[in-house]
Amino acid sequence: MEMAAVPNLMPALPEIILALGAMVLLMFGVFRGNDSADTISLSAVLLFAIAAIVILFGPQGEQVTFNGAFIVDDFARFLKIITLIGSAVTLIMARHWLAAEQFHRFEFGVLVVLATLGMMMMISANGLIALYLGIEMQSLSLYVAAALQRDSLRSTEAGLKYFVLGALSSGILLYGCSLIYGFTGSTQFPDIAASVASQGVSLGLLFGLVFLMAGLAFKISAVPFHMWTPDVYEGAPTPVTAFFAAAPKVAAMAMFARALVAGFPGATDQWQQVVVFIAIASMILGAFAAIGQNNIKRLMAYSSIGHMGFALVGLAAGTAGGIKGLVIYMTIYMIMSLGAFACILAMRRDGEPVEEIADLAGLAQTDRMMAVLLAALLFSLAGIPPLAGFFAKFYVFLAAIEAGLVTLAVLGVLASVVGAYYYLRIIKIMFFDDPDGVLDPMPSSLAIVLGVSAAFVIVFVAWPGPLVTAAQAAADALF
Amino acid sequence: MAIAGLFFYLFATITVASAFMVIASRNPVYSVLFLILAFVNSAGLFILLGAEFLAMILVVVYVGAVAVLFLFVVMMLDVDFAELREGFLQYLPVGGLVGFILAAELIIVVGAWTLAPELTASPKLPIPNPSEMTNTEALGRVLYTEYVYFFQAAGMILLVAMVGAIVLTLRHKEGVKRQIIADQVARTPATAIEVRKVESGKGI
Repeated sequence: MEMAAVPNLMPALPEIILALGAMVLLMFGVFRGNDSADTISLSAVLLFAIAAIVILFGPQGEQVTFNGAFIVDDFARFLKIITLIGSAVTLIMARHWLAAEQFHRFEFGVLVVLATLGMMMMISANGLIALYLGIEMQSLSLYVAAALQRDSLRSTEAGLKYFVLGALSSGILLYGCSLIYGFTGSTQFPDIAASVASQGVSLGLLFGLVFLMAGLAFKISAVPFHMWTPDVYEGAPTPVTAFFAAAPKVAAMAMFARALVAGFPGATDQWQQVVVFIAIASMILGAFAAIGQNNIKRLMAYSSIGHMGFALVGLAAGTAGGIKGLVIYMTIYMIMSLGAFACILAMRRDGEPVEEIADLAGLAQTDRMMAVLLAALLFSLAGIPPLAGFFAKFYVFLAAIEAGLVTLAVLGVLASVVGAYYYLRIIKIMFFDDPDGVLDPMPSSLAIVLGVSAAFVIVFVAWPGPLVTAAQAAADALF
Repeated sequence: MAIAGLFFYLFATITVASAFMVIASRNPVYSVLFLILAFVNSAGLFILLGAEFLAMILVVVYVGAVAVLFLFVVMMLDVDFAELREGFLQYLPVGGLVGFILAAELIIVVGAWTLAPELTASPKLPIPNPSEMTNTEALGRVLYTEYVYFFQAAGMILLVAMVGAIVLTLRHKEGVKRQIIADQVARTPATAIEVRKVESGKGI
């Protein structure tokens, strides 16, 4: 009997490192108990750093392995590094909160590693099966992370809600996948693309594509599949919310882009309509629904829905320029979001966490530095020049206009004007309202994250070259 | 062939009838038992198709594990199913609409079914001749070679599920006596038993 050839494992080396590392950390935690939670968090950060180095210095160019199921190209490499940075920073930010809340569960670090492994599998997925397995890997870890504070009613509610709706969306996604497989005869994106090119888009394939996009839209919390987001963001423990808002969004958006661009280049006209619709709906709902929020975590949830809409504008263009805009947008959004969550994690009064926007009142008088840096981030989130958030929006709208989607771009600009209101409202509360209490001083780890994030959004205008070049290379790899 | 046809209609009729009874019976325990009947008959259909491995897996996994789990849940949780069904009519219009749309879509899609001729001619993996190779061997040949990535990824997902179940439900209660084998083995007669002299005619 012939021996099967061992597949080339080198392209998947970062994933293998994370998988083995997660198991080692799990064993370590089981034997050492919850006292080792902090050690495990730091080891996980180290693991992410090793994986990022392996990605940076590993074999370059497009690598396909596991019989075409797994692809590593410049797009995957860039977004994987962004994802790893997001996960690592979340773990560093979480340390202070976990210590202050006496919340020592060593599984938190392990779950973040496993979720990150799922995200990297999503980014590298070159077929429907790999895509689904990546999604489930990431989602299952996130469901558990949301419910991690199991004695808190809100945390368990968040976990259960996320789980039930996530299972529903996975069902919709699988229904779409099975239709696509049935009408194209393959689950690999290149084969699907070839089939679409030669056969055209049949009605069944179109149904499959719409179901697939509905499932993917749920994962990036785009309207009309956003219902879970505010409740899950509010109920989950704050470090977990910070995690939700950063790395998983980047990975899901990357997967969305690869599935559509690599799998259905012949059906661009068809999926463009759907992406345009969910982009407009997300931008508008994100802008208007956030106005009435008093809880800052809920506000960040609606803000993330809106930002996903803006990022989708780049995808809707369907061109290399659009994907470049999408990559730049997701990178800048993740950095801004991590900075904003550094402030939310630092919001404590007499040791107790507070989450109302009103608790920030008069921050400019009590903690001038934090107020100024947070204001810079909020201006950037609103998209006000010359901060980084403006350039993020600039690139996606530019791509949309070049692709002839002028209405989409105009609606996007209008939505960002409405959205600016609620960001400015927080700034007004911080600078012009009277303080009704003093927030505890910001711990150094969070202050560093906030400082780096704010420095990035301010300095980006002077030095945009590296990010734009890397995003260009990433986008070119997809086409 | 006549016997195969006879068995097909036998299995198919019982499957459909018991599937209907799953949702029609009032007692949830009966529902689960009908579900098991449906599974076993579907396994019979698989055997008629020559897919003996799937048939066995269906019995082992669905009947042996899933259905038993359902039975456990139904018997352990005191859920009043009659009460659960009270709002049924209230949701009927929306649920019916969703079901109708999905059914209409399925009909349109299946109606438009045109499988490209070259797809059936050259499938990605050649299907081995069932008379030369058993199902199990055919699956094993691709599962650990062609699909090794998916196999390992599924294993990692199961690990996450296991970690999640333990994280969310395992509680170390205070004051529960646990078995510590080392301590138990290390006991000596001096610490394990106490010898008392009892004089005859008196208690302790």
